[in-house]
Amino acid sequence: MSNEATLHSHHEVTHGAAAHDHGNGHDEHHHEDSFISKYVFSMDHKMIAKQFLITGIIWAIVGAGFSVLFRLQLAFPDSTFPFLESILGHWAKGGRITPEAYYALVTMHGTILVFFVLTAGLSGTFSNLLIPLQVGARDMASPFMNMLSYWFFFLASIVMTCSLFVQTGPASGGWTSYPPLSALGDASIGSKIGMDLWLTSMALFVVSQLLGGLNYISTILNMRTKGMSMTKLPLTIWAFFFTAILGVLSFPVLLSGFILLLFDRHAGTSFYLSELFVAGKALSNEGGSAILYQHLFWFLGHPEVYIIILPAMGMVSEVLAINSRKPIFGYLAMIGSLFAIAILAFLVWAHHMFVTGLNPFLGAFFVLLTLLIAVPSAIKVFNWLTTIWKGSIRFTPGALFSIGFVSTFISGGLTGIWLGNSSIDIHLHDTYFVIAHFHIVMGVSAFFGMFAGIYHWFPKLYGRYLNGTLGYIHFWITLVGAYCIFWPMHYEGMAGMPRRYYDYSNWESFKQFAELNKFISIVVFIVFATQLLFVFNFFYSIFKGRKLTTTNPWDATTLEWTTPIHPGHGNWPGEIPEVHRWAYDYSKDGKDFIPQTVPLGPDETAH
Amino acid sequence: MSGFLAVLVVVLIFIVIFQIAKASEYVSILKGEKKARQQNNRINGFLLIAFLVLGLIGVYYCNELLKGKILGEAASEQGDSIDNMIMWTLVITGIVFVITQILLFWFAFKYQEKEGQAAFYFPHNNKLEVIWTVIPAIALTILVAIGLRHWFAITSEAPKDAMVVEITGKQFNWLIRYPGKDGQLGSKFFKNINDATNPVGQDWDDNLNKDDFMATEMHLVVGKPVKLIIGSRDVVHDVGLSHFRLKMDAVPGIPTTLWFTPKFTTTQMKDKTGNPDFVYEISCDQMCGAGHYSMKANIVVETQQEFDAWVAKQKSQYALAHEAEGSGKPAQPVAPAEPSKDSTQKAVAAL
Repeated sequence: MSNEATLHSHHEVTHGAAAHDHGNGHDEHHHEDSFISKYVFSMDHKMIAKQFLITGIIWAIVGAGFSVLFRLQLAFPDSTFPFLESILGHWAKGGRITPEAYYALVTMHGTILVFFVLTAGLSGTFSNLLIPLQVGARDMASPFMNMLSYWFFFLASIVMTCSLFVQTGPASGGWTSYPPLSALGDASIGSKIGMDLWLTSMALFVVSQLLGGLNYISTILNMRTKGMSMTKLPLTIWAFFFTAILGVLSFPVLLSGFILLLFDRHAGTSFYLSELFVAGKALSNEGGSAILYQHLFWFLGHPEVYIIILPAMGMVSEVLAINSRKPIFGYLAMIGSLFAIAILAFLVWAHHMFVTGLNPFLGAFFVLLTLLIAVPSAIKVFNWLTTIWKGSIRFTPGALFSIGFVSTFISGGLTGIWLGNSSIDIHLHDTYFVIAHFHIVMGVSAFFGMFAGIYHWFPKLYGRYLNGTLGYIHFWITLVGAYCIFWPMHYEGMAGMPRRYYDYSNWESFKQFAELNKFISIVVFIVFATQLLFVFNFFYSIFKGRKLTTTNPWDATTLEWTTPIHPGHGNWPGEIPEVHRWAYDYSKDGKDFIPQTVPLGPDETAH
Repeated sequence: MSGFLAVLVVVLIFIVIFQIAKASEYVSILKGEKKARQQNNRINGFLLIAFLVLGLIGVYYCNELLKGKILGEAASEQGDSIDNMIMWTLVITGIVFVITQILLFWFAFKYQEKEGQAAFYFPHNNKLEVIWTVIPAIALTILVAIGLRHWFAITSEAPKDAMVVEITGKQFNWLIRYPGKDGQLGSKFFKNINDATNPVGQDWDDNLNKDDFMATEMHLVVGKPVKLIIGSRDVVHDVGLSHFRLKMDAVPGIPTTLWFTPKFTTTQMKDKTGNPDFVYEISCDQMCGAGHYSMKANIVVETQQEFDAWVAKQKSQYALAHEAEGSGKPAQPVAPAEPSKDSTQKAVAAL
């Protein structure tokens, strides 16, 4: 049984030195896995990583596809497209998306991409794949919990998918789902059964995140191989570690907010509701606060953006160092800045609420703390720049996406300095400036980090390469396209053009951007098609990609490249290698790279 | 048919790209990994530097194209300080943006892998790291200091002589109430709301309510501070005043306030913008349901004389409501500011 084998190897690893005496213990107990236990209810972290990745890719196509549909409306508000009626039915009567459908698409686009793609698909994939492989463990601390983590995510996905097909449509109050709009079915058609399904799905998702996060933390703390001190860990692992801590501490708060919302919806409570007159009658609720929900939501919502971006930062640090053939510059400063970002992430949530009537004095502290985040972020950017300085850079697709990540992280990060300052936010809040800001910094950047990771670790996942030429085409169109889409949106936001509008043509203040909206949408269609090209490359290369001939295709130092090309469950056929040095000995003492498993020379100093 | 053709074209393009990609992979295998890598490096290195140059030109071109469309000078005194803050932030972040993007793409281009040129082992340097921790910290301290000075000025108590206007959001309209001659708004209670006669739920027993009147447009006096009392009847809305550079949420059950001083009358703005249709618009800036995008009211900024003349013509809501009861006829409904030409309004109304 694979379960027994896993438990056995688990035992070995936790008892460090004992593992070396047993040596081949894992393989001796290995039995053939059935299809179900190997591909479906697998407890192998590598298979779970693939499950997260492929589910994430499917969700990404759906979520991005939704944006194509609503960009169609924004670009051509007066045109009709008969094909829309054939796919959306009465939601696009006569070939024009209805406002209800538009808001449902916007809401689901946000929910899917933030939670299902950039949280589950990104950190779920790479935390699972890389944590055991890079710390030198045979699997997660609890492979069973790890399996449950994926299947709870899968359940959440099923429930969310169902919500797309109910008669009254899915949730449509924005991905933030502010009450009272989200609490009252009479206020919005999307707040009927669709909202209950949304909340159920999100609750299952939180469970999945907690199961995964606890596992990541305990694996990193307890299951590092011999010699792997915390300061010898690659930055990827540090990033996943802080990501998991953020998730474990903030997702429960979100869940509590959702539970109160469910009570308000069905149990007649008034946590968020007060003095309402909806659909022609006064409701009995008094004394609640709609703002309370926003506090609970953003207490997760803000750390959430770091949950999305930290794994990307970690992977980019790794991929840049490897392809520059240089150590990452300022390893300890990189960890320190990750730590600072993780702490500050908990102290800035109310910068989403400057215009809710928040006490201005309280707002001042949130301005200060928010702009403080720019300091560790600046350190990271300068350290990446210094990492490629005087390097010997190989432009693999992974390296290019890492460079693209740094570029978009700078662009989007700098506009955060605008919005974090309440005296600018009072003008730009909830305008297209915000859309431009967060799409560049946590949408495009996080996707670039994810793509860097996929191109870089695909050989470890499937023993084959992704097609490089398609990778280059994918990178260049996406980078240019992303800037063409989001850069002009800053100007729309400067004009005060509000987010989440179905049609701007009746607004004297905003209708001057009609041509620009058309341009943006056309670029969206091209970029979306290019992503489909990537998806094709991904699935084609799993089966037909160029095969790996070496275990270490990128000449990297870390442990995952010491495993066989197709590692079995347990990762290393023999004993787990011992680690003697940090992960970044590139171009040291005239050697191109020195793997972590090589002992220090007699007169060599550790970094 | 045309849709089918479009799909066909896209598929064909896909196939062509895929075939090229496959062929180039075979070629690179034949050439050997190292040679193929060098070739890829040269091409992508060139593209990186081309992207930098064209990108910076694009940023400039985009600015030339769009800067005329962003509403021009702020129309309130508070808006001036916000524009000033934006200017400072733009200068500082703009400098950082240009420098870091140039360094990023220039380094990438310059330090691409070359024969006989090894990478430089440079794991850390405390001096450098201290420098680029301290400089951003100083720059941000400056921005925080200027920002908070403006913030406290904007959010300070409204001046004593400020006129008071109440604005209440509902799906999908704004209800505007003036305090009338006594200058004080009467009390209200949501259970008194009646869409025909009493849209905000005024308490008719409160004498302060007797002269309060409702308006379909918000009339303001140029140069005179105005304090908005903002509320909502149903979901969270947001009073968006883009020309004045301000906004504030309308939260059910929790009144919020915002004050500002308009600088130009609507007529002056028509001249300034050269747009005879110019109008100050209140947009709803917080997602509030299917009609969110059409939730609009207009503001008329005028001289004190014009304003007084307008006020003289208004009838108090109390009188309107009781007239209706007295005569047994339905009151003239308080027509909320409907976006008149909105062709989609019907769809929303059908909800």
